[in-house]
Amino acid sequence: MADNGRKAETVTLTIDGQEVTVPRGTSLLHAAESMGTEVPHYCYHPGLSAPAQCRICLVEVEGAPKLQPSCVTMAADGQVVHTDSTAAKRMRQGVLEFYLVNHPLDCPICDMSGECKLQDYVFDEGREQGRGREPKRIFGRDDFGGDVLYYGDRCVMCTRCVRFMDEVARDSRLTVVERGSRAVIDTFFDRGLEGAAFAGNVVDICPVGALVSKDFLHKARAWDLDHTPSICPNCSHGCNIELHTRDNLVQRLKPRENQEVNGHWMCDYGRANYEWMNRPGRLEAPSVGRGSDRRAADWREALELLFGRLSAAEGDVALVGSAGCSNEALAALAALGDEMPGRVAQSVFRSPRAPDEVPLPGFPLLVRRRDLVPNADGAALLGFERAGSDDGEGGLEEVAEYGGVVIVLGDELADQGEDFGANNSLFVYLGTFDSAAAANADFVLPITTFAEEEGSFVNAQGRVQRFQQGLRPPDSARPAWLVLGALVAALRGEETPGSAPEAFARLAAAHPAFEGLTWEAVGDRGAALVAEAVHG
Amino acid sequence: MLSECFGDPQARTVAGWKAVGGYEGIARALEIGREATIDDVKASGLRGRGGAGFPTGLKWSFMPKTSARPHYLLCNADESEPGTFKDREIIRWTPHQLIEGCLVGSWAIGASHCYIYLRGEFFESTNVLARALEEAYAEGLVGKDILGSGVDIDITLHVGAGAYICGEETGLMNSLEGRRGEPRIKPPFPAAVGAFGMPSTINNVETLAAAAHIARHGGEWYRQWGTEKSPGTKLFCVSGHVNKPGNYEFPLGFPLMELIEDVCGGIPGGHALKAVIPGGSSVPIMDAEDCRACTLCYEGVEAAGSMLGCASVIVMDETSDIVKQVRRMAHFYAHESCGQCTPCREGTTWATRILQRIEDGRGTEDDLDTLVEISEQMTGTTICVLSDSLAMPIISSIEKFREDYLALIRRGERVGAA
Repeated sequence: MADNGRKAETVTLTIDGQEVTVPRGTSLLHAAESMGTEVPHYCYHPGLSAPAQCRICLVEVEGAPKLQPSCVTMAADGQVVHTDSTAAKRMRQGVLEFYLVNHPLDCPICDMSGECKLQDYVFDEGREQGRGREPKRIFGRDDFGGDVLYYGDRCVMCTRCVRFMDEVARDSRLTVVERGSRAVIDTFFDRGLEGAAFAGNVVDICPVGALVSKDFLHKARAWDLDHTPSICPNCSHGCNIELHTRDNLVQRLKPRENQEVNGHWMCDYGRANYEWMNRPGRLEAPSVGRGSDRRAADWREALELLFGRLSAAEGDVALVGSAGCSNEALAALAALGDEMPGRVAQSVFRSPRAPDEVPLPGFPLLVRRRDLVPNADGAALLGFERAGSDDGEGGLEEVAEYGGVVIVLGDELADQGEDFGANNSLFVYLGTFDSAAAANADFVLPITTFAEEEGSFVNAQGRVQRFQQGLRPPDSARPAWLVLGALVAALRGEETPGSAPEAFARLAAAHPAFEGLTWEAVGDRGAALVAEAVHG
Repeated sequence: MLSECFGDPQARTVAGWKAVGGYEGIARALEIGREATIDDVKASGLRGRGGAGFPTGLKWSFMPKTSARPHYLLCNADESEPGTFKDREIIRWTPHQLIEGCLVGSWAIGASHCYIYLRGEFFESTNVLARALEEAYAEGLVGKDILGSGVDIDITLHVGAGAYICGEETGLMNSLEGRRGEPRIKPPFPAAVGAFGMPSTINNVETLAAAAHIARHGGEWYRQWGTEKSPGTKLFCVSGHVNKPGNYEFPLGFPLMELIEDVCGGIPGGHALKAVIPGGSSVPIMDAEDCRACTLCYEGVEAAGSMLGCASVIVMDETSDIVKQVRRMAHFYAHESCGQCTPCREGTTWATRILQRIEDGRGTEDDLDTLVEISEQMTGTTICVLSDSLAMPIISSIEKFREDYLALIRRGERVGAA
């Protein structure tokens, strides 16, 4: 507004008898939200335009002749608003009944059941008994392509999906066809959502069970899922996500809102790649000894033996990290290298890189990055250099033949042969899976994946972001920061870090890029690194 | 006045229209200036003939006076209200009357481009208007430097694809822009953000036609007809059970019964009057009692419990099956609902199905309560008034003709069904 300069920045109004002050330009819906009152809504979504067509967010504004849509009515000074007046409630009950007239009420077999806004609102405020006696309109099911299935009968025609594709993906592949109660969401002829890079978001924003994921179809009930705040591990943008888990398996990934990083969205590539977190056949116990001498050991024995070997190790040191590992693990690996008798000759990591970035045009902050790993930037900041090809292979020729000490962290060495490390004076392998190349390892130590531990990554924006533990690790697997941290502490004569926050505090003290950051300050929204350190 | 040349093919030409004083209105408007033209229309008391009856001069005055952005005049010729057929006649007999009205309106609101949005089914009217417009362009009446005044006003014809909702003013704008014909939320109002995002005014065909005459003769002249609150003349579209249905132009305030009995030759077969829908299907139904003292002006019909709307008088005699008529209407609104707003999308269809069930003899008395409640939920809860338009006939018919419904529900008797 051009005349903003002369107006106050805030407005004060009364909602349900309570005075509230909000910034000018705040909708009544958000003003009510700011005081903890949810005004039911379907078509409104904070990441999209507001068509005010679902009509369930209507509230009473004193002085207005009709109920007003709270999603597009701006708060004004002195306004008296009732979200809970008889008129508003009666209207909501009426709208809910309209929604149910043709709704199949197939909650028992609907994936959305338990997190469905129609279910929630009807339970809260709907009529006890429906009055619909007429046969229901039937649309059936439509495969929209990609991971998306459409159940037209459950649709509330909020058009969030159409607007997402138009406004955010800027790839208009969905539309409303027909009109009136025959209106239905559809694709254009044969061209569906197949190949669209961000279409999975339409499933997230669908307030009911109309758009569902084929991958998740009938896989789990919403109320059986645990939600863990995490960071998408599938590219270096680090979209904030939730791991939805059941039976100690990741069932799906869902975006978690963060306007600084990914808005409300995530890409389909990131969303689809979670099965590796559930991969069976994990390394479960530490083992010591090369080749046929290998035997299982408990952690105490393995670490004591390793400590002895490290203190006496001959030759220079090569560190092979992984951009899939947390900052805490990589920093502990770097610290271990520094504590070794020999010089650190190289510290590298390998990771796959996509040929192109995939931007989200309507939310330009979000880009599927070229690095298909979560912590390439963290690894670089902590002193690791990228090696190998864009497939995440090769680049270890020297290390494989190396005469000194080699410590491999989180790199499965899948492309390496059985003679890898045969000449190493000491070869330590910290990983999640056994591999042919680990045959010559003197120590094979099982570590946890990011999903099984707490930690942090640095994303491509130079932002530190924390993730939490969503899965129980197998048997004896331990977080790498703990294993490596214990060794560093023993070499330095310090206390072992007891938690990820403590490990983070140590890395923040040791690396200038992280200076001044605390675990709490990073919180669940992330925090930017010291800019010069990132870009300098 | 408006219908003077109906039936005279000569009036379809520029020469014929000029012979009866045509294009003098725009000439005078250009001479006296924009503000004076608006003042004339304000003084005339002309009210929008599309149904809402909003004062035209006031509407024109909402347009920004100084603005670098283009302004648009939109002429709503998407006449599709059931029972209404007045605009069609204006266009097919007196296309220049409309063109002149569009010029006057465009000039008054500072628009150099006017779009006439025509109902898709108006084949003949569209052809007539297109020919007339071509001639008007050739004569220098439309286009660059009209009548040598230095003013440019273009007129474009746009033919709709047959949706009732595109006659709603903002639905029309969306349709004109190539979008789905879905009404927009107001605010912003068209005078601020209208067609193509620019300040726009939208007027009905009959309104603009009347404005051409007002521009020619001045505001006071128009007030010689009609009442204080409803000045001027109006085309009444009379249909249904009358001996002589058709378009009749009378001063506003004309008595309804006189129109039916005298002008239209009464009800055929000596049947008694049962009901009248006075303003197109979107208004409350009046019973014979309501009709008796009703005068056809905005305030007169309101006093009788309904609305003048676009003055489309649908007459039903005692043989009429009200339940069937209302069901038929409900079907129309359900079919034409754009489907954006939930109460309209679901409510119109639900109401139709309940009415159908009652008509089929499977209704219950509870259904009537449900119908009334659904109708209340469809009133004032949506972006446009399409669902309100169905709610009114449903509520009023159940109020006034409850016996007809009950006869069907209780005894399976169809009142009046022949």
